[in-house]
Amino acid sequence: MRAMGRELPALLLLGGLAAAPFIGFGEGYMLTLLARMMILAMAAVSLSFIVAGAGLVSLGHAAMLGFGAYAVVILDDLQVVDALFVLPAAILAAAGFALLTGAVAIRTSGVNFIMITLAFGQMAFFTASSLSGYGGDDGYTLYARTEVNGARLLDDRLVFHFVCLGALVFTWLLCRMLLASRFGRVLRAVRGNPMRAQALGFSPYPYRLTAYVIAGALGGAAGFLFANATEFVAPAYISWQRSGELLFMVILGGLSGLHGALLGAIGFVLLEEWLSHQWEHWRILFGVLLILAVLFLPGGLSGIPAQVGRMLRRD
Amino acid sequence: MTEPLLALHGLQKRFGGLAVTHDVSLDVMPGEIHAIIGPNGAGKTTLINEISGVLPVDAGRILFDGQDITRLPLHRRARLGLARSFQITSIIPDFTALENTALAVQAGDGSSFRFFRPTGTEARLNAAALAALDSVGLAHRAATPAGAMSHGEKRQLELAIALATQPRLLLLDEPLAGAGPEETERLVALLRSFRGRYTIVLVEHDMQAVFALADRISVLVYGRLIATGSPDAIRQNAEVRAAYLGEDDLPLAGAPC
Repeated sequence: MRAMGRELPALLLLGGLAAAPFIGFGEGYMLTLLARMMILAMAAVSLSFIVAGAGLVSLGHAAMLGFGAYAVVILDDLQVVDALFVLPAAILAAAGFALLTGAVAIRTSGVNFIMITLAFGQMAFFTASSLSGYGGDDGYTLYARTEVNGARLLDDRLVFHFVCLGALVFTWLLCRMLLASRFGRVLRAVRGNPMRAQALGFSPYPYRLTAYVIAGALGGAAGFLFANATEFVAPAYISWQRSGELLFMVILGGLSGLHGALLGAIGFVLLEEWLSHQWEHWRILFGVLLILAVLFLPGGLSGIPAQVGRMLRRD
Repeated sequence: MTEPLLALHGLQKRFGGLAVTHDVSLDVMPGEIHAIIGPNGAGKTTLINEISGVLPVDAGRILFDGQDITRLPLHRRARLGLARSFQITSIIPDFTALENTALAVQAGDGSSFRFFRPTGTEARLNAAALAALDSVGLAHRAATPAGAMSHGEKRQLELAIALATQPRLLLLDEPLAGAGPEETERLVALLRSFRGRYTIVLVEHDMQAVFALADRISVLVYGRLIATGSPDAIRQNAEVRAAYLGEDDLPLAGAPC
């Protein structure tokens, strides 16, 4: 029951997202913003699965989105535009990249792991930049959104809104289920005390690699949605800045559970959107606010209720 | 004649110029409590680390139930039935006592690549974990996060974790370290209740406890085994007395409790 209580803000937000198109947020601009928010939240939740769940702090998660998005681009160029093929291809491309790079990266830990994932992410970025057939640095505009079994379903803004929401909820529930399972328990144990886990007979490597590949696959699915949301893909999607933003969403939301990443992503995008309309040099203020959040919200956004509770008890 | 459960043959380990394990050979028989004592810096914890697989040895062989495990990593040895406790408490702080112990049960219960069922509903794991907690007197603390427990309780939990793996050999590295007098009394009674049920290699500084618990004692001095024998034989041994000269904590004269 206590877990339910902690997840309540995230549940309310999901309810709000479901209601949004019907309570005055249904026009084009707003739906575009909400879709971007939900897709980034999905990526942040999948990143939180390995950061908070397995202690794998990746600074290359945007590359997973990139592989998903570029799978859409390359298939679009080959005139393969049905989600029945495109979505599995996006997921497999990202999962394959996660498997190959994770096999190396997971042999390290701590700062080395961060640096290796960053390096692999940058390799993906420069590779994408050099794909002159797909626009190189300038990016690639899709002919149209991906079809679903021949139907132009995703073109409908409302349908696309609920596809994104469904994908976000699915990602959250899947990662949550995984962390509660035997598999997840071993992951969390390895994060909490690797020596203890090994002394019990668990080799951390296969568990961590499996988690890394699952997170990569979900990132690929988010990349598929991202490409469709903007109908445009550029190497900037894969840049390390994007990976850093995703990691920041996870930390801003709090590491006590996956719902933190959801709050963090939505808070991050909303703040970014609002500030950018207030002031030309909004990024300065944005940085300051993020620093303040880290300093004064040790439990992140998801830790605010507990923090307020503690302060009230002290008085 | 029964075969030893654990046999060490000529183990060697050097840290730079320092021989921390020097030609150590030792048999541990099934069902015995075999204590390893020695002055500070004798290499007792190093020896436990070598047996459990935390540290590789430079030379020599380690046989467990006749199988050569010298080159097996820690987690493979654990799966064969070697459970260890750590001198510095090694628990998972943000897990509850029950989840710490249930993880140990899970280790011996087939593959952990199971993705769907929430562990909270795994009655078999949780019942076995609760039984292990109960056997160390911690059942009432099952829902407490391990990080929030007292030092003595953490030592008990450490034992429960080791027991929950249904080990064939328990390697206990100073299970009494840092425990107060009352906690020590409780832990010694607990370890005494293990006699005959588990084969134990015990490293411990508390000589009262060692002489009360052990079936046999081996004495390690500067990485070298100088004697192995019954508590009485060790008490009489001139070389052991010399090694402990000036230390008050070896009850060489008086009979132990």
